[in-house]
Amino acid sequence: MRIAALVIRILRQFIRDKRTLGLMIFAPILVLTMMHLVFSGDAYVPKLGLVDFPEPLQEQLQLEGAELTDYDSISKAETDLADKQIDGYILFENQAPSIVLEGSDPSVNSAVMKWVQEAFQPLQQNSLSKELEIEFFHGSADMGQFDYFGPVLLGFFIFFFVFLIAGVSFLRERTTGTLERLLSSPLRRWEIVTGYVLGFGIFTMLQATIIAAYSIYILGMLMEGAFGYVLLITLFLSLSALTLGIFLSAFANNELQMIQFIPIIVVPQVFFSGLFNLETMSSWLSWIGPLTPLYYAASALRDVMVRGYGWSDIYPDLLFLSGFSVLFFILNILALKKYRSI
Amino acid sequence: MAKRKIIISTRNVSKAFGKQQVLKSITLEIYKGEIFGFLGPSGAGKTTLVKQLVGLDLPTDGENHVFGKKMPSLPTMERIGYMAQSDALYEELSAKENMVFFASLYGLKGQHRETRIRKVMEIVNLTDHLNKLVSNYSGGMKRRLSLAIALLHEPKLLILDEPTVGIDPVLRKSIWNAFEELKKTDATLIVTTHVMDEAEKCDRLGMIRDGRLIAVGTPEELKHNTSSANIEEAFLIYGGAEA
Repeated sequence: MRIAALVIRILRQFIRDKRTLGLMIFAPILVLTMMHLVFSGDAYVPKLGLVDFPEPLQEQLQLEGAELTDYDSISKAETDLADKQIDGYILFENQAPSIVLEGSDPSVNSAVMKWVQEAFQPLQQNSLSKELEIEFFHGSADMGQFDYFGPVLLGFFIFFFVFLIAGVSFLRERTTGTLERLLSSPLRRWEIVTGYVLGFGIFTMLQATIIAAYSIYILGMLMEGAFGYVLLITLFLSLSALTLGIFLSAFANNELQMIQFIPIIVVPQVFFSGLFNLETMSSWLSWIGPLTPLYYAASALRDVMVRGYGWSDIYPDLLFLSGFSVLFFILNILALKKYRSI
Repeated sequence: MAKRKIIISTRNVSKAFGKQQVLKSITLEIYKGEIFGFLGPSGAGKTTLVKQLVGLDLPTDGENHVFGKKMPSLPTMERIGYMAQSDALYEELSAKENMVFFASLYGLKGQHRETRIRKVMEIVNLTDHLNKLVSNYSGGMKRRLSLAIALLHEPKLLILDEPTVGIDPVLRKSIWNAFEELKKTDATLIVTTHVMDEAEKCDRLGMIRDGRLIAVGTPEELKHNTSSANIEEAFLIYGGAEA
């Protein structure tokens, strides 16, 4: 009854605050769309110069997939290279090819190197003529960066916005004195936290459904598993974000101080959530990963979305996530003791 | 005054925040059906004391008993109406929605809730603004709405921290009339104020200065004992200043 009243009030406040409502739903959609466009764009076409390249040799090579220009002297190619007209030029001296790269952009460098290796493959194909056959256990050859980042980003945005909005609204409850009024009523401390969890839980379900559905069905993010599991994981994740946000709001005196938690608490989690390979991370840092909720959510989301796994593989992650929520829930009840001892 | 029922009994209550002593050994009894005023300058410790009576704060020493129960006690808190210095309203909601929410916390529902909401809005003279968003309210209207919410569950003890700050004289008078009405229903009211003429309207006064209860009595008694013409003079004399 009292909890229901709290839930209804929180949902009413959400509906009234159209701008925050919009932020929580459209901001993630906007950023995900931009990420999609950035990472799923066409492959880069390298621009290369060929300096004094023997005609018969050119015919042996696979020269598709690059813009080629012929030069008759190195100095002309060098001028164009300096003007960034070409990304590199290939020489053929002493019966061996060599390449000079412009070199300032690593992604261009690797695109050129990749093309060169493919182009010169026919020359090396003397003994090893059989092409290597590749099969995918998970994913496919046309799985892009976005498909791999996607699940992590989905989790991150939900975590980020729920953390911030829940933290700020609880902070306001303290600074406007309504928390004091709540505590001067017979409302129990655990009822306050439960009301918040349910109110935000309902809203987050809606938010997660919209964002996930948009990413999967409109942006075409890879989705091998069941949509229901994605919602389940995001619900568990948002509960941990919510309880953590409310808890940390006890240590902020105003909205600005709440925002100061973002670079300290929220952003670092991205680095440990598997957006970057954890195995290449310095070992004195990598132990932080398992201490962050996003780590488990990202792993579970990837299991479902990329690998198509189900309940038996994600439940340990969900268990950890609910562990975080329970811990923060209890901390919240204890933190409220500061305002009323019973 | 002989055989009146004690509602609040404060026994040797002290409170310290770190090294700062905010309340110093206060002992006091408040009786059923009276309007008791705490008078004192800001920072004297009035708010700390009433918060303890509501159950939101604990004394470092001594005990507060309300309705015969040691505070804090949840069943007792249910019988108290409290209005803090801040208005404590949800600005994005309408007045009605605020009231429905707080009424539900006290278990009011259905027809009874509607009746109570209408009744308290009449008392504070806001009936016409029931469906307005609180963010569109003026300062005085918010103060009255805050008072109305404290009255919703028909508390037998009302604790009001500076209830008439920022309210114009006409409205202040109508709010004091409401207090008198509540008193007739046998409710006990505790009001803090630093306005001397408001203090005159209380049945009894407790003067607080630097965390000490320097005098308790009816306004008449306090003036008579110090042979002063008004409360302000009496306060100065009790406070140790030369008149």
